[in-house]
Amino acid sequence: MSAVRENEGLAFVGQGSTWRRALSPTGNTGDAVFRVLMLGVALLMVGIVVAMVAALTADSMASIRQFGFGFLTSQRWDPVKGDFGALPFIYGTVASSLIALLISVPFSLGIAIFLVEQAPHYISRPVGFLVELLAAIPSVVYGLWGIFVLAPFLRNYIDPALASAFGWLPLFKGQITGIGLLTGGIILAIMVTPIISAVVRDVLAAVPGSQREAALALGATKWEMIRVVLVNGAPGIAGAVILGLGRALGETMAVTMVIGNRAQISPSLFDPSYTIASAIANEFTEATGDLYLSALVELGLILFLVTFIVNGIARVLVWNVTRKTGGVGRAA
Amino acid sequence: MSVSHVSLRLLASVCAFAILVASVACNPGGGPAAGGNVSLQGAGATFPNPLYQKWLSEYGKLHTNVKIDYQSIGSGGGIKQIKEQTVDFGASDSPMKDEDLKAAPGEILHVPTVLGAVVITYNLSGVSQALRFSPDVVADIFLGKVTKWNDARIAADNPGVTLAGGNITVVHRSDGSGTSAVFTDYLSKVSAEWKEKVGTGTSPSWPVGLGGKGNEGVTGQVKNTPNTIGYVELAYAVQNKLPVAHIKNSAGSFIEPSIDSVIAAAAASAASMPDDLRVSITNATGAQAYPIASYTYILVYKDQKDQAKGKALVDFLWWGLHDGEAFAKELLYAPLPADIVKRAEAKINSITAGGTPLRQS
Repeated sequence: MSAVRENEGLAFVGQGSTWRRALSPTGNTGDAVFRVLMLGVALLMVGIVVAMVAALTADSMASIRQFGFGFLTSQRWDPVKGDFGALPFIYGTVASSLIALLISVPFSLGIAIFLVEQAPHYISRPVGFLVELLAAIPSVVYGLWGIFVLAPFLRNYIDPALASAFGWLPLFKGQITGIGLLTGGIILAIMVTPIISAVVRDVLAAVPGSQREAALALGATKWEMIRVVLVNGAPGIAGAVILGLGRALGETMAVTMVIGNRAQISPSLFDPSYTIASAIANEFTEATGDLYLSALVELGLILFLVTFIVNGIARVLVWNVTRKTGGVGRAA
Repeated sequence: MSVSHVSLRLLASVCAFAILVASVACNPGGGPAAGGNVSLQGAGATFPNPLYQKWLSEYGKLHTNVKIDYQSIGSGGGIKQIKEQTVDFGASDSPMKDEDLKAAPGEILHVPTVLGAVVITYNLSGVSQALRFSPDVVADIFLGKVTKWNDARIAADNPGVTLAGGNITVVHRSDGSGTSAVFTDYLSKVSAEWKEKVGTGTSPSWPVGLGGKGNEGVTGQVKNTPNTIGYVELAYAVQNKLPVAHIKNSAGSFIEPSIDSVIAAAAASAASMPDDLRVSITNATGAQAYPIASYTYILVYKDQKDQAKGKALVDFLWWGLHDGEAFAKELLYAPLPADIVKRAEAKINSITAGGTPLRQS
C-alpha cells in the first residue's frame, strides 16, 4: 500500500520543474490551494516523525552518555543498581514478532486464498467478516484470554508434545510453564492474522479476472491459476506482511500478559522473555531517577529504530521480489 | 405605573449586580476564599487509589465548593509531580528518598494515611491448610535457591503437611510497583544475600521467575499454573479469596496477614518512628505484627503558596485522618493506630501559607 504512495510521490516530484508548476500545473487556484494543503499535511507527518526522534533522543541523552553503545549489547537490566542494557528486549521483540509471522503468514494466505478463490459467496462474506472482527478485539482481551485459556492449553498439551518430539533441540528445552516467548509469539500471530489476511484478500481480489481466465485457458489447473494470482499480488502480499509485522513489533498489552517479562536471552522458546514495548509499559509509571527514565526512553528510541530497520529490510525484500516477478506479472 | 415597574426591576438587577461585584471584590484576584470554589490536584500511588476516590466523593458531598482530583499514576509519578509542583499533593507508597527531598523546591511533608500489606500466595495441590514460611526460606525461594516444594526447609516450617515434589515457579510483578518495593524491602532486611544481590526497588532485577503485570497478572499466573508462588497486596488477596501464607515474624511466631496484624506492626514500630514519619515497618518487632507491611503517604509542601488552596488541602487531610479513616477497613486497608494519627495531626498543623499556620485559621 505504502509502496503505491511512494510512487505517486515520485511522480509528483518528477512532474514539475519549478515549484510554481508543481503546485499548480493547471493554473487552477483551487488545485493550487489543494496541493499546498496536501503538501502541508504530508510535511506535517514527516515533521512529527522527526520531532519524535528528536524528543526521544534528547530525553535519552543521560542514558546514551552513561552507557554508549554498550546499551545495545549489555544483557543487564537492574534498576536498583542503575545498570541498564537493551539486548534482551531487542531479542524478545524481534524473536516474538518473527514467531508470529512464521505462524500467521501461511494461515493468512490460506484464509485469503480460500475467501477469494474458493469459497462461495454465502461462506466468504460471513467468514471474512469474522476474521476482520478479530482485528477489533482490544489487545487486553487477547491478553486475558492468553493467560486463562491459551497458556494452560499450551502448558498441558502443546508444549509437552513439542518437548517430547523436538526436545533434543535447544529451542524446546527447559521448564514448561505455559508462559514465555512461544506463547507471546502465538498471541501475536493470532492478533496479526486478521490484518494480514484482510489486506491479502483485498490484494487478491484486485488481481484482474482476465489473469485467471488466461491461466485457465492455457490449461492451468486451479492451483496453477492461484499461483499466477499470488505472483501478481506478491508486492501487495509483502505489504500486508509488513503491516502485520509493524503491529507485532509494537504490540504491548497482550504480549506483556503472556511473555513472562524477564530480561534474558534464552535459546528455549518455553522460557520467559521480554519485549521493548512491554518493558516501557511495565516500568515507566514507577520509574524514579533520571537515569532509569532516560534508559526507558532510550528503549523507546531503539524500538523506533528496530521498527525502521525491520521495515527497511522488508521493503528491500519486496523490491527484489517485484523486480523479479513484476515484469512477468505486468507483461501477462 | 408601568414606568415605575420597570425602574423597580432595574433597581433590583442593579442591586443584584452590586452584590455580585461586592462578593467578587471581597475576594481579590479571584482567589477562592470562604464561599469560593477551590480545586486541588493530586497524583501518585495506585495502591490507595480506591480509598482516596472514596474520600474525594465523600468529602465532595460535605464541601461542595472544594473540588479535588486524584490521578493514580504510580508512586514514582506522584513523587515526580510534587517535586515539579504540577500537583497540589502527591502520594507514594514508599517514603521519598533524601536526594529527592533535597531536589524539591521546598520542604515536603509525609502524611501517612493508611497501611497496606503484601501477602504470599501460592498454587500447590493437596495442601488444605495455610502454608507457613520462615523469612530466610521466602528469600531463598525468590533467590532461586530453594527450588522444590518438598525442600526440607519448607517441610520443617510445615509439620504434618504433605508436600509434593514439584519445581517451584516464582511469579513476581513485572510492572514497577510499590508492592514490589515493600516486598523487596522486607527481603533485604531478612536476607543479607538478597540485599547484596538484588536490593530494594519498585522493579528490581529478579533472580528467577515469571513477571505478571499488576496484582491481577500475578494472580492470574499463580491461579492458573500449578506449583507457583507469588506476592500480591493484602486487599487483593482477600477480595479474590487467594490462599495466603503465614509468615514468621521477628518475634518468632507465624502470623496470618490481616488488617489487625498489620495495625499491630504499625503500633509496634510507632515508638521508633522518626520525626519526618518516613519509616519502613517491614520485619516489625511486635509479637502479633505481620512482617511485610508499609505505610502509604500523601506528600505536601510545608509552606503553601496559595492561602485558599492550602487551607482546603489542610482541611481535607484533617478530615481524611479522622472521618476518612472510617472507610479504610471496609475497603480492606488498615487504618492508622491512634498514636500515629496524633503524629500525622502534628504534621498537618505545621503546614503554613506565607509563614502563618493554616490549620488554626
